[in-house]
Amino acid sequence: MSEGRSARVVVVTSGKGGVGKTTSTAAIGAALAHLGDKVVVVDFDVGLRNLDLVLGAERRVVFDLINVINGVAKLPQALIRDKRLENLYLLPASQTRDKDALTEEGVGKVVAELRQKFDWIVCDSPAGIERGATLAMRHADTAIIVTNPEVSSVRDSDRIIGLLDAKTEKAERGECIDKHLLVTRYHPWRAARGEMLSIDDVLEILSVPLLGIIPESEEVLRASNLGSPVTINAALSAPARAYFDAARRLKGEQIAMQVPSESRGLFTKLFGRKAA
Amino acid sequence: MSSLLRQRQSLTFRARSYTAFVFTPQPPIADWLALLDATLERSKGFFAGHPVALDLSAAQLAPDAVAQLVADLAARNVRVLGIEGVELDTGDARLPPLLRGGRVQDVELSELDPVAEAAAAAPAPKKQEAASLLIDSPVRSGQSVAFIEGDVTVLGSVASGAEIIAGGSIHIYGTLRGQAMAGAAGSRRARIFCQRFEAELLAIGAYYKTADEIEDSLRRGPIQAWLDGNNLRISAMN
Repeated sequence: MSEGRSARVVVVTSGKGGVGKTTSTAAIGAALAHLGDKVVVVDFDVGLRNLDLVLGAERRVVFDLINVINGVAKLPQALIRDKRLENLYLLPASQTRDKDALTEEGVGKVVAELRQKFDWIVCDSPAGIERGATLAMRHADTAIIVTNPEVSSVRDSDRIIGLLDAKTEKAERGECIDKHLLVTRYHPWRAARGEMLSIDDVLEILSVPLLGIIPESEEVLRASNLGSPVTINAALSAPARAYFDAARRLKGEQIAMQVPSESRGLFTKLFGRKAA
Repeated sequence: MSSLLRQRQSLTFRARSYTAFVFTPQPPIADWLALLDATLERSKGFFAGHPVALDLSAAQLAPDAVAQLVADLAARNVRVLGIEGVELDTGDARLPPLLRGGRVQDVELSELDPVAEAAAAAPAPKKQEAASLLIDSPVRSGQSVAFIEGDVTVLGSVASGAEIIAGGSIHIYGTLRGQAMAGAAGSRRARIFCQRFEAELLAIGAYYKTADEIEDSLRRGPIQAWLDGNNLRISAMN
């Protein structure tokens, strides 16, 4: 592993549970790795880990983040290399411990060591605003706020943005943490019928720049169940393309934003609703 | 907020002025204390934890009597920050320091009420250079901005689940989706202005309205709210 890289630490967070943090961490991590960067995805959901399942690495977990923090294992022993993408690594969470096992000092040491070895450190935050979530965001340079276009998710995201601006190391140094909004589970037909908040509403409420809009899709669920991020499993599907675009924007590329619309083929028009 | 946490290279001292309630005891002191008790009865705990200064110009007291008065006030949970209007031996450890050069700000005590008390008990902001507070970023859900000393101006939006508490008026140039409580120090002249109104609650002094009690026709437009007698009025501003 080469030394002296200028890594970016990204936290994927939301406040609310079930909005797609883990799915998005895996998809964006895999997309960045596919684009040639060296990526580690870190599961901070100690006690309720899922990222290993979504990446299909659950049968290869030996050591985890807590073991590294406690000095039971060295970092390279705990890193799991993806079988499909050689640039993609996972640092799993412990399933048998709880979030109290995370210490600020320990997390800081692990993140500092990862910074030496990777281009991207993508941290999957647990839901909530407690210890696990605040430690996941603590060392981040960039935050991806995952939001569903509905009021409870948007308000929780707003709360998280307030914490990002107050409790991260970067904020405490007086700098501003880079924030991006990722809208997931977007139903074009529901938006058209006014049953969901529109993208404009969400942006107006949160006033954070948009990183991407991921349409609700069967492909996402199928990929998670197969243990393969959608950006690997169905790279040409609409959600995968949206995740790839998001990853490119994260790298600084200018890509026009596509709002998923209903104007698709006859087949999807006929069967689109079932796919929800 | 975060700038306070920056590392300091050396120790610096700064002068800063603060707002305190001023008591002006009138002789006989026993009667004045009874009057104070009656006021405190109506607004329990209002002065607890808040700085109070004593203006003794109306009651020429001996040092022992001043010390007794300070002790009497302490027994009522009123902590005296300083004394003005009298020449005393500044070396007397029983007495608070002498104050000079205070400026008057209006606080109407008769208006104290549960809402104002709760607001006044909220933490004061850390900077108090002018009697107005300018916030140039959105106020996020769960954040509370309390500025009892004067007006609050917010250039962004105030999110659902956020609150702004001001001693004076509140001006919001974005959308108000949370709670705004103006006149928290008792001023009846305080108003609330916002560019786009989707608030959960508006309050001026003791009087408040929840979203349910506010006409739908006012929503999403610019409004102002003010006190008309004992009514909180809200009107569109076009």
